[in-house]
Amino acid sequence: MRWQKTAVFFAVVSVLAVLGLAAARERPPWSTPLVGHPAPDFTLTLFDGGRLRLSELRGKVVVMNFWASWCTACRQESPVLEWTWQTYRSRGLVLVGVNIWDRRSDALRMMAEFGKTYPNGPDPQGRILQEFGVTGVPETFFIDRRGRIERKHLGPVTRDLVVRVVEPLLTAAEP
Amino acid sequence: MTQRFLKLAAYVVAVAALLAGAAVSAQTIDDRVRDIARQLMCPVCEGQTVAESSSELAEQMRAVIREQLEGGQHPEQILDYFVGRYGESILAAPPKRGLNLLVWIGPFAVLLGGVGLAVRTLRRWTHPPLPGDAG
Amino acid sequence: MSDLGAFAIRASLVVALYAIAAALIGARLRDERFLTSGRRGVLAAAAFLTLASVALIWSLVAADFSILYVAQNTSLATPLFYRISGFWGNMDGSLLLWAWVLSAYSAIVVLTNRSRNAILMPYVITVLMGVLAFFLVLLTTAADPFTRLQVPPPDGGGLNPLLEDPGMFFHPPTLYLGYVALTVPFAFAVAALLTGHLGPEWITSTRRWALVAWYFMGLGLVIGGWWAYHVLGWGGYWGWDPVENSVLMPWLVVTAYIHSVMVQERRGMLKVWNLALIILAFGLSIFGTFLTRSGVVSSVHSFARSSIGPVFVAFLMAAMLSAFALLLARMGRLQEAHHLESALSREGAFLFNNVALVAAAAAVFFGTTFPMLSEAVRGVRMLVGPPYYNQVFVPIALLVLLLMGVGTSIPWVEETLPRLGRHLALAATLAGAGGVVLLVFGVRKPAALSSFILVMFVAVVTLAEFARGTRGRRRIGESVPRAVYSLLRVNPQRYGGYVVHVGGLMMVVGIAASSGLSRQIDTTLAPGEEVRIGRYMLSLQGVLPYRDSTRIGIAVQLTVSNAGQVLGVLQAGKVVHVASQQPLNLVGIRSTPRDDLYVILAGVAPRKVRLQVLLNPLVFWIWTGMGVITLGTLIAVLPELRRTRRPVVNPAAERS
Repeated sequence: MRWQKTAVFFAVVSVLAVLGLAAARERPPWSTPLVGHPAPDFTLTLFDGGRLRLSELRGKVVVMNFWASWCTACRQESPVLEWTWQTYRSRGLVLVGVNIWDRRSDALRMMAEFGKTYPNGPDPQGRILQEFGVTGVPETFFIDRRGRIERKHLGPVTRDLVVRVVEPLLTAAEP
Repeated sequence: MTQRFLKLAAYVVAVAALLAGAAVSAQTIDDRVRDIARQLMCPVCEGQTVAESSSELAEQMRAVIREQLEGGQHPEQILDYFVGRYGESILAAPPKRGLNLLVWIGPFAVLLGGVGLAVRTLRRWTHPPLPGDAG
Repeated sequence: MSDLGAFAIRASLVVALYAIAAALIGARLRDERFLTSGRRGVLAAAAFLTLASVALIWSLVAADFSILYVAQNTSLATPLFYRISGFWGNMDGSLLLWAWVLSAYSAIVVLTNRSRNAILMPYVITVLMGVLAFFLVLLTTAADPFTRLQVPPPDGGGLNPLLEDPGMFFHPPTLYLGYVALTVPFAFAVAALLTGHLGPEWITSTRRWALVAWYFMGLGLVIGGWWAYHVLGWGGYWGWDPVENSVLMPWLVVTAYIHSVMVQERRGMLKVWNLALIILAFGLSIFGTFLTRSGVVSSVHSFARSSIGPVFVAFLMAAMLSAFALLLARMGRLQEAHHLESALSREGAFLFNNVALVAAAAAVFFGTTFPMLSEAVRGVRMLVGPPYYNQVFVPIALLVLLLMGVGTSIPWVEETLPRLGRHLALAATLAGAGGVVLLVFGVRKPAALSSFILVMFVAVVTLAEFARGTRGRRRIGESVPRAVYSLLRVNPQRYGGYVVHVGGLMMVVGIAASSGLSRQIDTTLAPGEEVRIGRYMLSLQGVLPYRDSTRIGIAVQLTVSNAGQVLGVLQAGKVVHVASQQPLNLVGIRSTPRDDLYVILAGVAPRKVRLQVLLNPLVFWIWTGMGVITLGTLIAVLPELRRTRRPVVNPAAERS
């Protein structure tokens, strides 16, 4: 009888210890199962009226950036994004901005403010963002020439990050 | 005695009818959306399901659920859709497999263990060892 | 002022440690002077902590921003009432509140036990002051609320806007009044184990303390639910938030405890169970503090997070290890031979009650801790939300409800199955009939339906108990109201308990109906447009700017009507708390005993508004039920009224 109680007791102690250890670990960001898989196709109606379809961009490296005008980190990374577009477009990179949880007027104002020249469009029903498992802004997806999601980045991007991720994708052979 | 019984019965039936005034009849599409939304946690809220949250993402997710239900998808397919994009952490309860079985079975194991313990205790009390028996 | 406060905390620590030493020496040497000195030390600790608390409240009200804690938790714009609630706005103040309440309770224990429990008291004092010392050490090192700022800022950060609300004013202190009260029976239990005095004294002396703990924890949970419903505004009152769960767990265990001790008081049985239950309850209360303060769980209480979590784990493990080790050591003395006539008896029912309630607490524990475990083992944080608790917790809770009915009806000592069957037949029949009626009217969800059937069952059984009791008193000429009153005064523990049960049944009805039978509609309306939910028609009148003393935003006005007749106006809004820029929901609620019409403004677009409209049945009964529980608890803590005139009752009919 006694040993059973002691056993239960030490089981409880070990559970507490595990919890204590779990407390010490850092919480990983929201995991995404999409990395390494083909990016879901979508059609984006751009602010200027044009239409962009992801499958038509096969063969190019696509960087998708989800953003909103009320998000300070999005403002912070805007110059980097525009620089990315200007630097790499000639080498076959397309930068696509998807504006979410926002108002059209505010979005256009921010685009003018930062001189965004790359394709941008709204996702008012949130269909595209749900396809990509987006939980916040900014989120940036790096898609290789074969349409596979190479990497997902949460938070603002830096030039350093862009160079590290994009260069290998650009030099990879075309399918 | 019968009269008192009938009075009590009438009272109970009245209470039941009152409660029933709040009942739901058939399941509308709203109800079905809500049932599924209740099984998903809102990724941008603290501890709210997609059914409860008034955030824009939750609303958009409910719209997708509705669209897929109207398109004939089954609840499991819709849940799989979101798990495929947001990961397992979007589910409001762990699927019943693997390590997760621990959380589903654990409390019932405690219940059964406790019942066993209680039965053994009661047996000991109702049939205590006679003095002179080995303790 | 901050110097005074800081001094008072340190003085209190010194005095608490002294009290431990004096009490132990006095017990060892059997020297009355040391014991008296130790008791005085307890009183002094309470006095010092009162001083420290008053100092903090004063500093908050006076907005003394030279104190860091004051700067973090209040501002010039904060209304006076909420300056006081800044006390528990953050961890440091919360710990001081805990310590203050504990010291006050310890003082009461000392004052009410001057001529009782002489053998136990030195060790009770030791445990109480030991726990207090733990908190005081934290308060003088990692969590000093009187830390000064070199350069006082011109204005403070202000109170978390979620706390600027009457419900939130009361929620934390109420919970603490309950939580901390657990320390008293725990201290007595440990004292009993240490001294070997394992008779009924430690239980009878702490019966009221356990009830106080149980009541205030429950009240705190209900206030939290009321607040979530009315202020957080998602349409519900309970979200299985890990921090709230951490109060629910000890509450369930204490519920088992307050029933189980009746068996020990009557028959001397279940001693080991009772000791284990109170140790477990205390442990869960410390575990709860750990959960709240650490970062291991995601919760609406995330503002309470700090780095202090591991310290609590250490304290928890130390306390649990020593207490359970003591229990194991004394096991031989506790396992006396008992004789129970029949397993089918109230004693047996209470034993199963213990098991069911502990299993319910286990369900909450597993659900709350699994995300951490899953993350630690698999690296994936699996979330555990309502679907889990509905499938695991609810069935066990229904089992508890069933036992409530059986336990009320079954007599002490012995019962036969046929006799029990006859006693329960009426209740079961009526409950079954009621269930059929509900089914016919469309209540199909199994959890809701079973809850209603069981509630009817227990209600009939409980009313039958009152009927039986008043029948006995009526024979000696008392009128029905007088008879009921006499029942409550002559046997307050039992009949007060039944009143509490009735209140609990009301709450179960409200919870079952609003969880299982509520309806929700997401709709977009333009001014003038209508939406129907249930028997209500809501018509959007317009969108207006909203402003009050601390918040601005927009609100919508809706007219509520039923069958063409206008019933009233509802307002729902989205506002921002100006000082903190935190967005808040203003929920429009129209509450009747039948149901609550509940409107959330989800968003505003040009010329349209998005609304979430809910119809929640019987929510009114949740709050009313708590009122009845309050009444029943008050009755149950009253001392018995001994009367010379006792009713002559047929001994064959008197079965308990």
